[in-house]
Amino acid sequence: MTTRLFGEPVQRREDARLITGQGRYLDDLGAGALAAAFVRSPHAHARILDIDVSAALDVEGLVAIYTWEDLPGALAEPLPLLIPHPALTHGRTAYPLAREIVRHVGEPVVMVVARDRYLAEDACALIRVDYEILKPVVGIEEAVRGVHLVHEDVPGNVGAHLVQEVPGPGGAAARDAIAAAPHTLEFRLDIERSASMPLEGRGVYARWDADDGSLRVYSSTQTSTSVRMAIAAKLGLPLPKVEVVAPDVGGGFGVKIVHPWPEEVLVPWAARLLNREVKWAEDRREHFISSSHERGQVQHVRVGFDDDGRVLGLEVEILHDHGAYTPYGIIVPIITSTQLLGPYKVGAYRVEFSSIYTNTVQVTPYRGAGRPQGVFCMERTMDRIAAHLGRDRTEVRAANFIQPHEFPYDQGMTFQDGRPLIYDSGDYPEALRLLKELIGWDSFPEAKARAAAEGRRIGIGVGCYVEGTGVGPYEGGHVQITSDGRVHVSTGLTSQGQGHETAFAQIAATELGVPIEKVSVVTGDTRRFGYAVGTFASRAAVMSGNAIALACRKVREKALRIAAEALEADPRDLEITDGTVHVAGVPSASIPLGTVAVLSNPLRYAFDEETRRATQFAGAASDDRPPVAEGEEPGLEGRDYYSPVRSTFAAGMHAAIVETDPDTAEIRILRYAVVHDCGRLINPMIVEGQIHGGVAQGVGGALYEKMVYDEHGQLLNASFMDFLMPYATEVPHIETAHLETPSPLNPLGIKGAGEAGVIPVSAVIASAVEDAEGITIARMPISPSDLHHLRLTPQGAPGSDQ
Amino acid sequence: MKPPPFDYHGPATLGEALDVLAEAGPGGKVLAGGQSLIPLLNMRLAAPAHIVDVNRVPGLDGIEAGPSGVRVGALARHAAVERSPRAAAALPLLRQALRLVAHPVIRNRGTVVGSLVHADPAAEMPAVLALLGGSVRMASRGGEREVPAAEFFTGPMESALRPGELAVSAFFPALPPRSGTAFHEVARRHGDYAVAGVAAAVTLDEDLRIAAARVACVSVGPVPVVVDVTAACGPRPAASVEWEAVARAVRDRIDPEGDIHATADYRRHLTGVLAARALRDAAAAARGEES
Repeated sequence: MTTRLFGEPVQRREDARLITGQGRYLDDLGAGALAAAFVRSPHAHARILDIDVSAALDVEGLVAIYTWEDLPGALAEPLPLLIPHPALTHGRTAYPLAREIVRHVGEPVVMVVARDRYLAEDACALIRVDYEILKPVVGIEEAVRGVHLVHEDVPGNVGAHLVQEVPGPGGAAARDAIAAAPHTLEFRLDIERSASMPLEGRGVYARWDADDGSLRVYSSTQTSTSVRMAIAAKLGLPLPKVEVVAPDVGGGFGVKIVHPWPEEVLVPWAARLLNREVKWAEDRREHFISSSHERGQVQHVRVGFDDDGRVLGLEVEILHDHGAYTPYGIIVPIITSTQLLGPYKVGAYRVEFSSIYTNTVQVTPYRGAGRPQGVFCMERTMDRIAAHLGRDRTEVRAANFIQPHEFPYDQGMTFQDGRPLIYDSGDYPEALRLLKELIGWDSFPEAKARAAAEGRRIGIGVGCYVEGTGVGPYEGGHVQITSDGRVHVSTGLTSQGQGHETAFAQIAATELGVPIEKVSVVTGDTRRFGYAVGTFASRAAVMSGNAIALACRKVREKALRIAAEALEADPRDLEITDGTVHVAGVPSASIPLGTVAVLSNPLRYAFDEETRRATQFAGAASDDRPPVAEGEEPGLEGRDYYSPVRSTFAAGMHAAIVETDPDTAEIRILRYAVVHDCGRLINPMIVEGQIHGGVAQGVGGALYEKMVYDEHGQLLNASFMDFLMPYATEVPHIETAHLETPSPLNPLGIKGAGEAGVIPVSAVIASAVEDAEGITIARMPISPSDLHHLRLTPQGAPGSDQ
Repeated sequence: MKPPPFDYHGPATLGEALDVLAEAGPGGKVLAGGQSLIPLLNMRLAAPAHIVDVNRVPGLDGIEAGPSGVRVGALARHAAVERSPRAAAALPLLRQALRLVAHPVIRNRGTVVGSLVHADPAAEMPAVLALLGGSVRMASRGGEREVPAAEFFTGPMESALRPGELAVSAFFPALPPRSGTAFHEVARRHGDYAVAGVAAAVTLDEDLRIAAARVACVSVGPVPVVVDVTAACGPRPAASVEWEAVARAVRDRIDPEGDIHATADYRRHLTGVLAARALRDAAAAARGEES
């Protein structure tokens, strides 16, 4: 029997736990812990004049109240700027508790610790903070005018400015290439803010062990190893005395890669100071106003192209709304700038972005991380070229595709990992062919005409993307087989529900030749694996998957070596199936992996029948060699790391058919089709689940979600009643087809899949609504109210210069 | 899940409940289905000193349907009224409207009378009560009073209920023979409060001409906006009424406001579209046709 699990639609082993209420999320832990709550700024921009806590001191059950002035040492400094970049000349981060100035509604000002959360909130309500209101800066264009400043030492509110240029053939600059092109178009695009919005918010629970001088912290994070380092640094603790565990995490989608959050250092600090367990679980309003948002950009596009729609030159200027702080650097606009190119060769390219401060919640990556904006820009451009030339939209795209024989393809830019933007593999013409077949692209005009005859408006849209996935620097895996035959796999990166327990177990079971039931997987627990980067950028399967495979191969090699000795065979004649090592073709000559594990660990003491075989008088070992040979280690275990030279590039193409109501302007998605290529598939069911979830979030971004700030910087829709995430009723059935173009960059040939689904949805829906309505769509999301007003606004046809 | 402090009362009889409410005065708040109150408490947007949980009070969950109409008790859940065949037979509009109220899990717990007392101008059931000219019966230690819908809804989230009073039931009067109803709305997402919505009731005379036609509009004013369009229809046969023209009369009578989900202009336009659809369907139902 061969154990062939890689590539199979194995059911997610974590689901039984997660969907029957057996998950252990942050707030399920620490039932007896003290609770923290925060007084947060009600103003978008203000100077703190005075904090009066006296009325709160009478609250029964109050334990402590802290303001910035109470914070010692490194804790009193601004939070780290995680990803510095030379272009980020004015990077700014917040203090854990506001020092003098607050720069967005929701910024933490005071921390209260009390017996329970109710009392902590009661105390918060009694604390009086006097503010001198400063002029808030809201909206990208208002901020760019620079009349009022978010940070008084950041002129023009510009945190970063970066120009990247790729000359066209013959070294032509984009401007010249556009000027010389037979056709040119120039237009503006707008994308609203949205947010990751995991169902479980952030949360931290800390236990100080005074006897041991050690701290254990549970955090709902996407990077437990890095949170650990941050806490050790901020609290001045030796790293070995800090453990950080990511328990079950109810979604991350990017927001939980940011760290350390103020609460993530303050709660452990309070736990140590008070020598009590302390916990804080974020509530929804806090998540809206105190975590992160993304997406908001204004883009100015100029494009020159030939009669076939081939792009000869492209210039894009991006204004990126970065909110009040830049803890995650300028990763989002860098990704927009680079991934905008998609599957295309655009001749000469010039992209320039300004990262702008506003008095709003900070902007850090949300699933897609700048790509939805870039893809929106490029795909709107493709549609406008097609409309201008009167050509089919897929023809124009195909005319610009990088061809299969051109890989590896160097786009001539620097990607988010600081490495060259070189696409490793792909087959874009085939993906488009599959998509057109799946959605019935070529027969759609007849369907549209039939619908029109019934008084109905339908439209079809398309969007393509390339996604750099599996960014470095590295991840590791540890695999141990114990004497009971069980396989214990651990990796340092964290899980937020993606199905890693299943996918990593499939990899280990396949590599080792053991039943998957024997494999257990632990992620995100620094007690088990201390070196890791984190789960973001569609990297977990690529990074940890390959690291685990490499670790398994080490273990397998060792197992075969030990078994060969026991079986008096050549290791090259051995294979492992169903957890047993045997001589190929000789089933009787076999030894279970559990026994191999026993033999791998020479023992002085026996504690069961199995381990007797490894003790000194069992007579198994030879007399003239040390029990542990030179260069060997006891135990059947292995550790290895995977560190890629650069990212691997997945790709996909989506198409949708929408119907718009001629009277009410309601927009309904009738069909949604996805062709997806993430290299070799570990588990097609999990990949499809990731796509479905991504498309659902994309539908949110296209039709429903926006963060509405008023001119005072108040977020007007900070609840699930008014921030409209799509329900199951708003998400269409999603038809998928897979294409598998293996990555040549890693042993498993895989590419990332986590973010893919969300990336092109706004572009696709805009394309489809435009097709249904004959109205140019330049701003997303689009609501029925928006569409109603677009219908009433005189404008040129799609494809005209605006 | 962290409401401010309050005293919890769980009266076992109506008399006890009224006593507690009388003592609590303006600081008392009734908990029935809790679908609006509990979120308000958790977000600390409401801070009543006393919560009076009436769920244990017997006799408040009745649904009495008869030829004259349907009386719904304070503890009758949306789902119970929605599923009641007798209520649906007496007044099809109840089921038509209740299917638009939020989601099944909310309807399982939320109450019709609670929704009326909450008096959200975007909610369906206040519009139904207003359209039908129903009433709400309120009890206090001093006795009972019945207030007609036109006087009950006094503003956004404001009703005629006084401190110390408990709304014990609501009465939805039946329509005359040859009547039909319909409820159309547009919500941003399935089950959301409507951006705009129109409940319509049309009654025909013996010659199948329009005898009465009324609409109630949600989300376009501080209270449900009832517009009598009988005159605009004229005494024409239902089949020859220009419903779009009648709907213009509705559109002209409302004064909606814009918010983050829809502009005032769109709401006005949409209300017109929905009024035409609802009136056409209601007229068809009055003629005994399936809409």
